[in-house]
Amino acid sequence: MNNEITGAEIVLKSLAEQGVEVVFGYPGGAVLPIYDTLFKQNSIKHVLVRQEGGAIHAAEGYARSTGKTGVLLVTSGPGATNVVTGLTDAMMDSVPIVCITGQVPQHLIGSDAFQECDTTGITRPCTKHNYLVKDVNKLSSVFHEAFTIAQNGRPGPVLIDIPKDVQFASGTYEEKNKIIIPSHRLFEPSPDFEKNKIEEAVELISKAKKPIFYIGGGCINSGPKASKLVRQFINMVGSPVTMTLMGLGVVGSSDKNSLGMLGMHGMYEANMAMHECDVMINIGARFDDRVTGRLDAFSPNSKKIHIDIDESNINKTINVDVPIIGDVKQVVEKMISVWKDKKYKIDTDSLKLWWDKINKWKEVDCLNYNNEGKQIKPQYAVQRLYELTKNTKTFITTEVGQHQMWAAQFYKFEEPNRWLTSGGLGTMGYGFPAAIGAQVGHPDALVVDIAGDASILMNIQEMSTAVQYRLPVKIFILNNEYMGMVRQWQELLHGGRYSESYTDSLPDFVKLAESYKAVGLRAKTTDELDDVITEMIKTKNTVIADIWVTKEENCFPMIQSGSAHNEMMLSKDQKQDKKSAEKGKILV
Amino acid sequence: MNKSVYASPDQVSETKRHILTVLVDNEPGVLARVIGMFSGRGYNIDSLNVAEVSNDENISRITIVTHGTSEVVSQIEKQLLRIVPVHSVTNLDQEGSSVEAEVALVYIYISETNKKKVYQLCDLYRARKIENENNTTIFEIAGASERVNRFIKEINEITKVEIVRSGPVAISSIKKNEEK
Repeated sequence: MNNEITGAEIVLKSLAEQGVEVVFGYPGGAVLPIYDTLFKQNSIKHVLVRQEGGAIHAAEGYARSTGKTGVLLVTSGPGATNVVTGLTDAMMDSVPIVCITGQVPQHLIGSDAFQECDTTGITRPCTKHNYLVKDVNKLSSVFHEAFTIAQNGRPGPVLIDIPKDVQFASGTYEEKNKIIIPSHRLFEPSPDFEKNKIEEAVELISKAKKPIFYIGGGCINSGPKASKLVRQFINMVGSPVTMTLMGLGVVGSSDKNSLGMLGMHGMYEANMAMHECDVMINIGARFDDRVTGRLDAFSPNSKKIHIDIDESNINKTINVDVPIIGDVKQVVEKMISVWKDKKYKIDTDSLKLWWDKINKWKEVDCLNYNNEGKQIKPQYAVQRLYELTKNTKTFITTEVGQHQMWAAQFYKFEEPNRWLTSGGLGTMGYGFPAAIGAQVGHPDALVVDIAGDASILMNIQEMSTAVQYRLPVKIFILNNEYMGMVRQWQELLHGGRYSESYTDSLPDFVKLAESYKAVGLRAKTTDELDDVITEMIKTKNTVIADIWVTKEENCFPMIQSGSAHNEMMLSKDQKQDKKSAEKGKILV
Repeated sequence: MNKSVYASPDQVSETKRHILTVLVDNEPGVLARVIGMFSGRGYNIDSLNVAEVSNDENISRITIVTHGTSEVVSQIEKQLLRIVPVHSVTNLDQEGSSVEAEVALVYIYISETNKKKVYQLCDLYRARKIENENNTTIFEIAGASERVNRFIKEINEITKVEIVRSGPVAISSIKKNEEK
């Protein structure tokens, strides 16, 4: 009986054995025993957020910038319901998270007790798996399984709900290596299993005349080595490559093969190349609707190879010719060795013609914008931010909206894990807490949240967190006083009726920063912009830089809903035909 | 092709009834995970049956009758496999041959005038009378769903009834390595 410890101690011991260094959280009645144990130890650092929603985005930012699992600890009831958005976000973007929630003691479950809610019921569809632990002796095995599941296969959030009496109860701790997880509960892909498919795919690539690689967030989840291998393989083939919003950084922006981002606000040349290619190699992307546009006109003449670790992504929206289930780095490593063994070489003449065509599309200069006058264009602000930070180790996070797309278009990413944005769920309020998480994981790096004036207010309370932990996070607000993307859609699709998209009574962001004892800066004209950015980078404190930008600027190029890749809109003057505009209006 | 915010370019195959057998760890919430996946992703459940089938391994067998195109059903299978406690998913229609059956209990309102007809029909369908303490006329009929449907239709024409059905369960009839 001597080696029995309390449930709360088992929680901390499990986290320590899993190598957890930091937990984001917010205390409350149902997790007090765990917080008491936390108080008595030094190995795990706790970061106190100001709302639980901030904790999970911070854990996401930490996880995506470090490649480790993000951990958070919140109380029952409202603590748990506040993390639902973040769990869904992590589920959509495949971020490994372990979320610990307190629960009322077991004898009160079902009695509508104070701060009781059916946490496992509520979070079932937005977690990869969840547990309600009723037996203290199972607590350590649940934790070890939870960490494995969060990281295994396609990563995702796992939630552990622990009733308060279980936290107080005494039980035995079992070490990680003593736990056997049945194989059906995990996904262990083997590249040997898909050997024939891999050979078929490589042969198809070798015969391509107009190939394109279409790279997604799966390459980043597979680890830095995956990005290296993907770059290596693309170089061997000499093929153009485009990346999704989640895949930016897998191939460097300055790489000669890179066409940049594709999709709704992607590059004209990337979308045209996707439309006209003859072999498409999708690595770790999922044919998201922001990428494909109208399905019946999606890359009509290509053979499609799809590498994905999640089988349910195969043939979900787009039928593919060669599906390969597996982890990117294992599959691509195998592809490289097949390419070398068979001494494949792509037909250089056709490839040259293909590149000539692509270079013609590049001449359209789709990101071109009118940069006259003293008013700061949002695109210009991001360009200057890039120029002044490109030689520093910089992590960029964003909120959701126009600023997010301008950041994706104008900030050049050369490495994976440096770009953190909410892609699948599109969560406004993600960027600032995610930046806090990234800064906790990389104390010496420069972390900038490119934000909008509307999004930033969704988690502005975390200013208090950033200042408390002396996290020098920079908030770079492209302030147009509008919910810019809503306004843009209203302009293009709803006759310019700007229903509720103008934000009256915005705070004075400089004074707001000062009220939190942070630093506030403001740029109103292009003359002030560089100085403000330089000052922001230099300041060893949390900074809000309020950048006043042109209010009614639109984000182009754009594939409007209901249109195809080859029907991109390059400017406002080029209207979509009325019929497909009407059809597109009902879509999201 | 399945679902997207954009309409599918082409509906490739016709909508058909499928029986799926799902083996799961018998742990709390597992049924909610399975049916939640169906409702959350907009798939149909025509009937559902679940029971533990092995005491030692703690495994339950869920039989789900659904309908959809083969693309939709294949997506259902893959989505089910993503659920952590799911061991396996078998589409019995793709297995080739299978045997299915269901049970119905029928409370029959009986009178002197219809008594003879009721018993004749029950005899014909081999519906078995279940003895009970109140001596009411409750019949049990088991077999393929179509047979149960026909029985219910015909008995309804004779008298008022109250019915409960289990929904079909099914098992593959393909020969495995049987013990000698």
